[in-house]
Amino acid sequence: MAISETTLKEVEEMAIKEINDAGGIKVASKSYKIVPVIEDGASDWPTFAEKAQKLIDSDKVAVVFGGWTSASRKAMLPVFESKNHILFYPIQYEGQECSRNIFYTGAVPNQQAEPAVQWLMDKFSGKLGKKVYLVGSDYVYPRTANTIIKEQMKALGGETVGEDYIPLGNTEVAPIIAKIKKAFPDGGIIINTLNGDSNVALFKQFKAAGIDPAKYPIMSFSIAEEEIRQIGPEYTNGTYAAWNFFMSLDTPASKKFTADFQKMYGADRVTGDPAESAYNMVYLWKKAVEKAGTFEDLDKVRKDMIGLTFAAPQGEIKMFPNHHTSERVLIGEAEPTGQFKILYDSVKAIPPMPWNQFVPETKGYTCDWTQNRPDAGKFKM
Amino acid sequence: MELFFSQILDGLSIASVLLLAATGLAIVFGLMGVINLAHGEFLMLGAYVTYVVQSAFKPMGGLIFELYFPISLVLSFVVTALIGVLLERTLIRQLYGRPLETLLATWGVSLILIQWIRSVSTAMMLGILIAVAVGFIISKLLASRFSEKPFFTYLNGLGWAISIGVGLIAINVLDDIQPISRAWFGPRNIDVTAPKWLQGSWGMIGKIELPGLRIFIILLSALLLLATYWFLNKSVWGLRIRAVTQNRQMSNCLGIPTDRVDSITFGIGSGLAGVAGCAITLLGSVGPNLGAAYIVSCFMVIVLGGVGNLLGTVLAALLLGIIQSVIGSGTLLTIFPDMPAAAKGVVEFFATTSMSLVLVFIFIIVFLQFRPNGMFPQKGRSVDA
Repeated sequence: MAISETTLKEVEEMAIKEINDAGGIKVASKSYKIVPVIEDGASDWPTFAEKAQKLIDSDKVAVVFGGWTSASRKAMLPVFESKNHILFYPIQYEGQECSRNIFYTGAVPNQQAEPAVQWLMDKFSGKLGKKVYLVGSDYVYPRTANTIIKEQMKALGGETVGEDYIPLGNTEVAPIIAKIKKAFPDGGIIINTLNGDSNVALFKQFKAAGIDPAKYPIMSFSIAEEEIRQIGPEYTNGTYAAWNFFMSLDTPASKKFTADFQKMYGADRVTGDPAESAYNMVYLWKKAVEKAGTFEDLDKVRKDMIGLTFAAPQGEIKMFPNHHTSERVLIGEAEPTGQFKILYDSVKAIPPMPWNQFVPETKGYTCDWTQNRPDAGKFKM
Repeated sequence: MELFFSQILDGLSIASVLLLAATGLAIVFGLMGVINLAHGEFLMLGAYVTYVVQSAFKPMGGLIFELYFPISLVLSFVVTALIGVLLERTLIRQLYGRPLETLLATWGVSLILIQWIRSVSTAMMLGILIAVAVGFIISKLLASRFSEKPFFTYLNGLGWAISIGVGLIAINVLDDIQPISRAWFGPRNIDVTAPKWLQGSWGMIGKIELPGLRIFIILLSALLLLATYWFLNKSVWGLRIRAVTQNRQMSNCLGIPTDRVDSITFGIGSGLAGVAGCAITLLGSVGPNLGAAYIVSCFMVIVLGGVGNLLGTVLAALLLGIIQSVIGSGTLLTIFPDMPAAAKGVVEFFATTSMSLVLVFIFIIVFLQFRPNGMFPQKGRSVDA
């Protein structure tokens, strides 16, 4: 997974450089430059926790930006809660979490998976029926996301005909292909939450087995422009992805973001949703610190973060009291160029709902850190 | 019947990947007794050779590009075999008869290879060349003056240490020069595209789809297996290899150049891994960590089949492939639709990719309880040095 994580580090360094070049952060009428301390979590979950501890204790950082898989965030969460520090996490994830010490700038399912499932049903259920097949990597994000999708399918009166998980890094997809062909002899909808390398195996072997996107629409939640480059655009051509930002988004802010990134790291590089989230979080933190007028009083920084807006490359986003940002929802079709053609655009940003409203255990629950109650992280609405 | 054949095809395709990846290891481990933990990284090197060949062919486009794959198959064999020979000559040779040390040393080699692929650049290669050249010059000079002295070995070691230092400094200096400090591959995964004729389906027999690359891999692994069999059993060098395997001292006495036999055996094992790596690019992703995904399955096949036996390797690969495809795809439910509810629950529980792998491991553990040396244990004395 380290393959895509480096892009986030680069984009964060770009945001920091932009802020420093523009005069730094102004706190109490003095200007401060941001000095990044970079640690490598090495895609190893305990290492993330260890390095987070080191950053807080010995480097005395003001804030931590980082994490990639949900498992890495889950490993760091106790560190930030026990030290009452601040972590910004940039990746779309499964929700069902709301920490006082974490700010989430990626999508939760109601800003990515749920609109995507709804869109698939609207577009294809006439031809292919209200049936989906779920394929994912075997860890926390795909399993939780698929639980939500199954509940949503139930609510829509549809059916989940199959569900399969591949161990991280495994590249054998033959049994899954056999099962999909059995479940959908004449085509059907596939939802893919695979992470990392297994995607390459999936798309290459799907193509060989004649699973053609025209008959089998595939919606992926972890494939952005960067991943397409590694899988090869001819394999992903015609499949769908749901994100909050696409490099092909045709707005001045989006174009400027990509142009700045390519200027700094090379014209052959691509941006995408995770990179955009990583960019946003640095600016959101800067605004919060300037509003709070302090780096050290973390409680005040956290309090002042809520309600902030930022003109992100995707459009304006806002930090909600549940520590998640509102996000624009886009659905795109992968093209031979490796870019996405945008087929659906919510235009306005959708407010985040970290506790999922389809899953019975969390239905009716919400999270609001502006409320002064012990269970502010999860309480009945 | 149709179901039966499509299951056989799926099982065969999983088995052929396992077999392809494991054949090289079967030779190195089976005939030489070297536990080569860097085997997965030889697969990775083969895949990277494929990438280089592809990149070289890309500008030509059209029909010529479609032909890059056979060429990269050959080249990946040659390149990885040469690297294998180099590794044998410099490192493995020192460690014969000490399996634990070989294990640790080859693990170290695997880490070095992974990191090398991540960070290799022209600057780095120049630095390494400089270090090696300086090292040889120093050791030649020292040999001409002090070769008789008792402290010569220490002095020589010091010379090499100095050359490593020179190399490191050279890399650091060269790294500041932009065009040559750019990493060749970088830590990211790279995109290897199969030629068009391997990408899609090759048509249908009855209602069974024939995925081109799967058929190709099945044919390729069968071909390699035949070639290996022929080489070991019919060629002169094969005869020598088997002789050394059975009794090293006696072969040596009879005039068989045992150290060349060792190099060739290791080279062929590594070369086969390279070909496997080239074929694997058709199926999955290519990145520095590619080897890790396959090394465990390779050892699994070899341990189950019995060390040092090609037939055992083949049967073990087939068995594991068919178990995985039949269990993992839940075909048992289709074959026996009227099984009792309890049994149905169990079958469904194991009918996912993760759980079928668990079942494979359980099967191997139970099997090894009864046949600890695998299906076909090697008779007679084992390899030693």
